[in-house]
Amino acid sequence: MRVVESLNGALHRMMAADPEVVLIGEDVLDPYGGAFKVSKGLSTAFPGQVITTPISEAGLVGVAVGMSLQGFKPVAEIMFGDFVTLAMDQIINHAAKFPWMFGLAALPLVVRVPMGGYRGYGPTHSQSLEALFMAVPGLTMVALSHLHDPGALLERATLDAGVPILFVENKSLYPVELEEGDMVGGLHRRVLDPRRPYPSVALSAAPDERPDVTLVAYGGLVPMAVRVAAEAMIEDEILVEVVVPAQLRPLPIEDILVSAEASGRVLVIEEGPRVGGWGAHVAADLTERAFGRLKAPVARIGARDVPIPSARQMEAQMLPAAGDVLAGIRDLMGKS
Amino acid sequence: MIEAVDIYRKMILIRRFEELLLELFSAGKLSGTTHTYVGQEPVAIAVASHLGPGDCVFSNHRCHGHYIAHTGDIEGLLAEIMGRTGGVCGGRGGSQHLHRGNFYSNGIQGGFMPIVVGMALAEKKRARGNVVVAFIGDGTLGEGAVYEALNMAALWSVPLLVVVENNRYAQSTPITLGVAGSIPDRGRCFGLSVGESDGWDVTGLTARFGTLVAQVRNEGRPHMEVVETYRLNAHSKGDDTRATMEVAAFRARDPVEHWGRGLPPGLRAAVDAEVAGRLAETLAAVEAMPLAQLAEVG
Ligand SMILES: Cc1ncc(C[n+]2csc(CCOP(=O)(O)OP(=O)(O)O)c2C)c(N)n1
Repeated sequence: MRVVESLNGALHRMMAADPEVVLIGEDVLDPYGGAFKVSKGLSTAFPGQVITTPISEAGLVGVAVGMSLQGFKPVAEIMFGDFVTLAMDQIINHAAKFPWMFGLAALPLVVRVPMGGYRGYGPTHSQSLEALFMAVPGLTMVALSHLHDPGALLERATLDAGVPILFVENKSLYPVELEEGDMVGGLHRRVLDPRRPYPSVALSAAPDERPDVTLVAYGGLVPMAVRVAAEAMIEDEILVEVVVPAQLRPLPIEDILVSAEASGRVLVIEEGPRVGGWGAHVAADLTERAFGRLKAPVARIGARDVPIPSARQMEAQMLPAAGDVLAGIRDLMGKS
Repeated sequence: MIEAVDIYRKMILIRRFEELLLELFSAGKLSGTTHTYVGQEPVAIAVASHLGPGDCVFSNHRCHGHYIAHTGDIEGLLAEIMGRTGGVCGGRGGSQHLHRGNFYSNGIQGGFMPIVVGMALAEKKRARGNVVVAFIGDGTLGEGAVYEALNMAALWSVPLLVVVENNRYAQSTPITLGVAGSIPDRGRCFGLSVGESDGWDVTGLTARFGTLVAQVRNEGRPHMEVVETYRLNAHSKGDDTRATMEVAAFRARDPVEHWGRGLPPGLRAAVDAEVAGRLAETLAAVEAMPLAQLAEVG
């Protein structure tokens, strides 16, 4: 099953089971079914639960907040994640504040944001803006990957969370097949703390041995991280443990800490800009907690500090590439 | 029909409450800011007197009057503003961010307009016959979110009553520098029904909102009502740049004073004394409450 089908299936299941689950977004009606087809078939099956809106990102997120206040469980679709900037006021000054400042029992709200590049959509349709939301208390941020069950994450966010959630869907993952077995790209998979609603996943080259390097990645970079970890093992005999959080904020730092303390060497990779990035927060947190056990400063790879270009070769020059990640791992091992 | 003396009791309660806040500010007992509703009291009362428990109200930074008219909860409000444990939001919200039952307010201009559309859409889907009321000021008509909201409200035909309190100023900006064209036309261009009313005509205003609330409730369509009014005090605490002559002319038309003069003097004095006593008791009770602590609210 592909990521897009997992999400679409989850929406179908939720809407069938619960008439209070509503989808709100631009161009979400059939036969179009949303720009990335996550919403396909929903308006046909559940016409009363799918609301197509004008081009009004602030408006549609606000409508979702209002419906949530009145007991619905809205899922708001932002067509391209970049457009979430238009809804920042709704997310930061309304949704993220309401449950706490009003003492609400629940404010179920999911804002789905298709983020990310590597597809040549250019400066305003390819960004990864997750870092902007790190400084927003009251907001939970979840990023799916092909190692997680994306539909299950979306169901939990919509039905169980009762808080506003920014649900990050990396566009490059939509067509990717889910990885369901115990082995992924030659690495052993295990779910860390499965009691958590959005558990992290770890992939280890050799689960019984102490890893040489901890590679932290989320979302669209996870397939690259898996490939590079396998390559490092085969080519350099470096044991890499890949840690993939699904919850980006509040950050489940313990999940990363265990591996970081074992390896002593951490590389955090992200698609968003390195400057002020998500990885900067991870690195600072790890440094504060595990400084004495680290063998090297926490290393980071992210996008270069320029807007993201359209031309494929230029985009490739500014976003992290597999070669950069491998070089980063070798650097940490003093093998460059 | 609400009695003349009851209208006065509500208006003078809001008025005296706001004056008390200004005194407490001067005495250094309050932090932050406060936007008083002095002069606009008839609007809140006219609207509130037609709403039922299932109806929702979303208000703005100038929310004390709306809150008191809707809930009567002066103790929860004062405690909130004074950061005490009995505050309606436990001290998290303060003057501008209130929530009780179906009453909400937020200090971001225009931001809740899409939210009230969502609330009204929810009510439409549930078909419970409830209405949603939003209070905004003339200055807020500069915000884009307002127009996204009006467009959706009309497209989806939701039971929303938008009350635009045109007090002619936004902080220091007069409408001549903030609002181009006509305010009612801004609602009409989306196909909303729009009306205008006089914020000094307490009786007319109360009757008018009776009609409007019933209309929105029965027909389930959005309406925008522009009420001409004037704030007699500064924007927040002491920031008033308006011409003294202009303010004085409106002060001479103070709607609360005017209404009070229509009552038998003995009755008015009795109500004044009753409200003063109630406020003094409330203040004493609130000052006796412990200060709210972050650890307790999480
Ligand atoms: C988005 C936003 N911008 C600016 C402000 C600062 N501000 C608070 S009240 C106000 C004036 C609002 O004017 P109006 O809507 O006419 O309401 P009034 O104060 O006259 O009742 C301003 C600019 C704000 N609270 N929110």
